[in-house]
Amino acid sequence: MGAFDVLPDYEISRNLDRCIVCRVCERQCANQAHEYVPEEDAMASDESKCVNCHRCVSLCPTRALKIVRSSNTYKLNDNWTDKIIKEISIQASTGSVLLSSMGNPEDYPIYFDKITINASQVTNPPIDPLREPMETRVFLGPKPDSVERDSNGKIIPNLPPQVKLSMPMMFSAMSYGSISYNAHESLARAASELGICYNTGEGGLHEDFYKFGPNTIVQVASGRFGVHKQYLNQGAAVEIKMGQGAKPGIGGHLPGKKIVADVSRTRMTPEGSDAISPAPHHDIYSIEDLRQLVFSLKEATDYKKPIIVKIAAVHNVAAIASGIARSGADIIAIDGFRGGTGAAPTRIRDSVGIPIELALAAVDSKLRLEGIRGKVSIIAGGGIRSSTDIVKAIALGADAVYLGTSALLALGCHLCRSCQAGKCNWGIATQEPELVRRLNPSIGAKRLVNLMTAWQHEIEEIMGGMGINSIEALKGNRLMLRGVGLNEKELSVLGIKHAGEGQD
Amino acid sequence: MKRVYVNEEWCLGCHLCEYYCAFAQTNQVSMARALKGRKIHPHIRVEESGAVHFAVSCRHCEIPLCVKGCITGALSIDDGIIKVDESRCIGCFTCILSCPYGAISPSPDGHAARKCELCQATAAGVPLCAANCPNQAIVYEDRG
Repeated sequence: MGAFDVLPDYEISRNLDRCIVCRVCERQCANQAHEYVPEEDAMASDESKCVNCHRCVSLCPTRALKIVRSSNTYKLNDNWTDKIIKEISIQASTGSVLLSSMGNPEDYPIYFDKITINASQVTNPPIDPLREPMETRVFLGPKPDSVERDSNGKIIPNLPPQVKLSMPMMFSAMSYGSISYNAHESLARAASELGICYNTGEGGLHEDFYKFGPNTIVQVASGRFGVHKQYLNQGAAVEIKMGQGAKPGIGGHLPGKKIVADVSRTRMTPEGSDAISPAPHHDIYSIEDLRQLVFSLKEATDYKKPIIVKIAAVHNVAAIASGIARSGADIIAIDGFRGGTGAAPTRIRDSVGIPIELALAAVDSKLRLEGIRGKVSIIAGGGIRSSTDIVKAIALGADAVYLGTSALLALGCHLCRSCQAGKCNWGIATQEPELVRRLNPSIGAKRLVNLMTAWQHEIEEIMGGMGINSIEALKGNRLMLRGVGLNEKELSVLGIKHAGEGQD
Repeated sequence: MKRVYVNEEWCLGCHLCEYYCAFAQTNQVSMARALKGRKIHPHIRVEESGAVHFAVSCRHCEIPLCVKGCITGALSIDDGIIKVDESRCIGCFTCILSCPYGAISPSPDGHAARKCELCQATAAGVPLCAANCPNQAIVYEDRG
């Protein structure tokens, strides 16, 4: 260890009574943290290379391995914590911006955990979802203000294009490039089987996946990678990405080594050269400019596809969303500060943006106040971890949610937060063929379908308990929520009452 | 009949199949106790060269050259599964030479041939190589 190397956060603990020296740990670690020592016929490990992805732990056939938090510590200091000392040391060595991946892991309040859900008792019966019909289907897109009829009394079909989902969930934007071909295939196949959508992210759409088009949201972001007419028309909707919860105000940077032949062809960028998405769209500096892009995309898709505008949850999110609703966009996606990423500057990820619960409530309230809530649907993303989070998000005003991290967890991600290194041992955030093949899409798709089906079932149970038999009746139904341990200001932004307060 | 099939596309070259095969042969409960400090003699083997790797084990051929070549009748087809009767095997290894897949190996003491018998006689009862393959590169299924 050099004088300025930082202490590893975790240690590899090997139970020698159990280790049979099968070397699976060594073969499966792309970081080469394990090594076979022939002289001793034993395994050795180097914790400084370990990213704590648990690949070796999961595959060790005798459960001989565990990763433990290192007790090696600097002199305790609540201000200059070990984390801060290490970060400073790293930056003093590299002179670089600190990079991280996946969502903000810091200790901010999680409002979902301070909100409880209502249930029916005595005066309004709960519904048993196993015995009675329960509707989880949603349609995303603007709804007409009124039903219009022709002179014969027949309803005039004036419903603008919608995205139809069998349940109020979609897989978030994750580009081919940031995640592997097999990860994309898993998401696409699962979305198709479930009747929901996945999202291409800003990486274009691989030709092999055109067949999943009706279950695909195609994204147009500031780099415009992989965007062409056929691409736009392939999806169920087109999403303009203005921002991302993990890194609001920051562009993207996919390193050249991840731009392998297939990724290069799909992105329409040169092989091996970095793909840099600018922080702004260089043609959008106002709502009017945004409107131009929205309508350019509508023209390109013959007014048949809803247009989504995705923004990061930032301080002025409600006013921005109001502008977007007036720009002609059909759906607004809001990404909270817990949202994941394949790579972001650590300081940005951990300190910029606001929680999705507050952003969502503020946007829904603002659009309702202005009488334009029906013009758009709202998708909430960034930090949704369970079926109860989904129910709470919908009651706070979302039409549907984006799920990124939880989908990756289903695919095997263990949240080691090292995506930026491109050596994902689980075959997700990598383009190295030997690592990519570790994710068998047949297994991946099945696990995603299992997770979504389980959550759908739980959502039905929770709705049934409230005496609600349709997602539509839950949407924006904030009386179904109560805050626990929240102050007046938090309650007022969330638009909910405190636990103990009744309906009136 | 159910057989062990190998999907090369999904093989990670982790060699877990070899260890599970060796474990299955011991009929023990704990792999750590069964295999700790022992050299293993699996009936399934991962062949590899650079980035190419795949597992190879007996295919239980419908017209097996090994059974044809066996001079003592030690190899036989029992309900589709090719089995070795070690008491009749004289260790001439004609079967090893005639198997086009290299799926038969000498027993550690060199006196008899040994091969995959689909774990039917083991405590597990199902092929552990397939049951524990982390990427479904080895499957145990009926393909007719």
